[in-house]
Amino acid sequence: MLGVTGQKRGRFLLYRDEKREPLMVIRDLKKYYPVRGSTIGKKKPIIHAVDGVDFEIYEGETLGIVGESGCGKSTIGRQIVALEKPTSGHVLYQGESLSDMSAGRLRKIRTHLQMVFQDSTSSLNPRKQIYDILAAPILYHKIVERDMLDEEINRLLDLVGLPKSMKYRYPHEFSGGQRQRIGIAKALSLRPRLVVCDEPVSALDVSVQAQILNLLKQLQDELKVTYVFIAHGLGAVRYVSNRIAIMYLGRIVEIADTQELFDDPVHPYTQALFDASPLPAPKLRGRQRIILKGEIPSSINPPKGCRFHTRCPYAIESCRVDDPKLIPVKPGSSHLAACPVVLAQRKN
Amino acid sequence: MESLLKVKDLTITFIDENTQTVVVDGVDFHVKPGEVLCIVGESGCGKSVTALSILGLLSPNARITSGSIVFNGQDLLEMNEKEIDQIRGSEATMVFQDVMNSLNPVLTIGSQLTEVIRIHMGYDKKRAREYAIEMIKKVGLPDAETVMKKYPHMLSGGMQQRVMIAMALACEPKLIIADEPTTALDVTIQLQIMKLLVELQKEFHMSILLITHDIGLVAELADRVIIMYAGQFMEETSVYRLFEHPAHPYTRALLESVPCIYDDPNKKLTSIPGTVPENYQDIEGCRFYGRCSYSVPACKEKQIYSEFMEGHFVRCHRAEKGEIPFVS
Repeated sequence: MLGVTGQKRGRFLLYRDEKREPLMVIRDLKKYYPVRGSTIGKKKPIIHAVDGVDFEIYEGETLGIVGESGCGKSTIGRQIVALEKPTSGHVLYQGESLSDMSAGRLRKIRTHLQMVFQDSTSSLNPRKQIYDILAAPILYHKIVERDMLDEEINRLLDLVGLPKSMKYRYPHEFSGGQRQRIGIAKALSLRPRLVVCDEPVSALDVSVQAQILNLLKQLQDELKVTYVFIAHGLGAVRYVSNRIAIMYLGRIVEIADTQELFDDPVHPYTQALFDASPLPAPKLRGRQRIILKGEIPSSINPPKGCRFHTRCPYAIESCRVDDPKLIPVKPGSSHLAACPVVLAQRKN
Repeated sequence: MESLLKVKDLTITFIDENTQTVVVDGVDFHVKPGEVLCIVGESGCGKSVTALSILGLLSPNARITSGSIVFNGQDLLEMNEKEIDQIRGSEATMVFQDVMNSLNPVLTIGSQLTEVIRIHMGYDKKRAREYAIEMIKKVGLPDAETVMKKYPHMLSGGMQQRVMIAMALACEPKLIIADEPTTALDVTIQLQIMKLLVELQKEFHMSILLITHDIGLVAELADRVIIMYAGQFMEETSVYRLFEHPAHPYTRALLESVPCIYDDPNKKLTSIPGTVPENYQDIEGCRFYGRCSYSVPACKEKQIYSEFMEGHFVRCHRAEKGEIPFVS
């Protein structure tokens, strides 16, 4: 079912969980964007937003994708729900490539793949009441009959913890947290199998963040929906995810089960990212940690070799040349990391 | 020790055509020389307005309706615009969250930086330039000469924030007011900037008033912490005591609702029910009443901000009497 995509080149002989069938398989996914409004006559610079990533999403899990701004995590999210077409590579949903689907088939599949956006203000139409915002997709995709619509909308609002009486209000009458609840109800209204949550709590206050994170977890228990949770806040990602992928400049540098990743981070970037997250414990201020030097390089001209070598405290000569592949940390392990230097050190 | 900044009974009101909203309601605090004081709160609690008011940077519809702000022995509210200008930028400076809008997009970094130095330190052009280059080096930017010639948009967010810090430090101020200085930055860059601020703070023996919503940052940087909610101070104590013995129910709920990367993975995150009340100025009693799990009828009466232990203030009659049990 993984099909022909590149197996011949031997590139994708990655670890696969034999017991579980992946809901979605991402193979050598690349997405480049031309820079807008650049100089005439010259070749347009290209942003390498996502530059060759492979991973699977299993049914019922939450896969967290973490990285700093510009690392391509949101771009991956948009490819997964078919909002954009990849430059090359494949997003296979139940074995079918999204980019090869007919328009009609894709329209049907879109109901399975939904998204919750960061900015709940701009993703809700300000001129429409919540009732209409929720009703439009339900009617379009014929999820329920028209005479059942009222009941369905009440059910959705109840699901996300909003009182039914609020359904004739406009988006601006809600607080940020409530608007995000509406965004979640909208995503769930089509009974999706996979929901991509793109920074769903970043714009919210801490006290409200916890409410939304708990709501997402509770909904997953009830509805058995699969999540891809994209965020830059490690604490939040760890709280909701079963597995986490760490991204840097368009590539996945490490992917592992949540517990495994936090117990034993392998890639130097993962370690630095963990060290940089502030801990709510003043006693630990003086702890040893990696402080990265320099800025994140531009994704227009990403560094050759390992993309992290310009900031990596462990970089050696070969890191400037060799492009590291994601390999199992131990034979047969589902914990993959793209740093031959650290892995070689561990063997000794 | 004599305090560097002393704010007394500060009340700030936003005046619209026909409404008056009290956004900061009688706050008292002081900053000692060489200390880092953090004011923590959620959006809309009044923390930024408090910070802006100190250097007279409030928007025209905001009025300081009562109180005094004494900096280095001078009452800032009694001064005229010209006199405040003398202090702003030289003795006390601000670093903002939104760097892109705080730097002038049509002037080079060099000309903006030398302007500040020439005005406040009275240096001539050549000497100001040399000093500017020295400052750029100090904030850890490589290739200072080139940075001087660049326009703000040519620098990344982290580099812009470093330039802002260089500008704020140029006149060796006694106080830096930093309003969410790293919120717009990525975590690895945030750590660099915070480390830089602390190093420079020690080197120049400055005080920092840090405004933030990030509990983690507070734990990393603060000496003393004030928790603000709905226009009022709820709690104030040293950072170590705050994290070990938080007194106010709001502080506790806030600390428990932050996911930490080293928590027990099976622990459920405690969330605070409801949202911050609107029109909180009209609430007579405790403003956290509706969201608090320890509330009793007496909470509807006016709550007094009292020092129940040395250096530890709280606005909660139950916490004062030790009636709020410890959870952690």
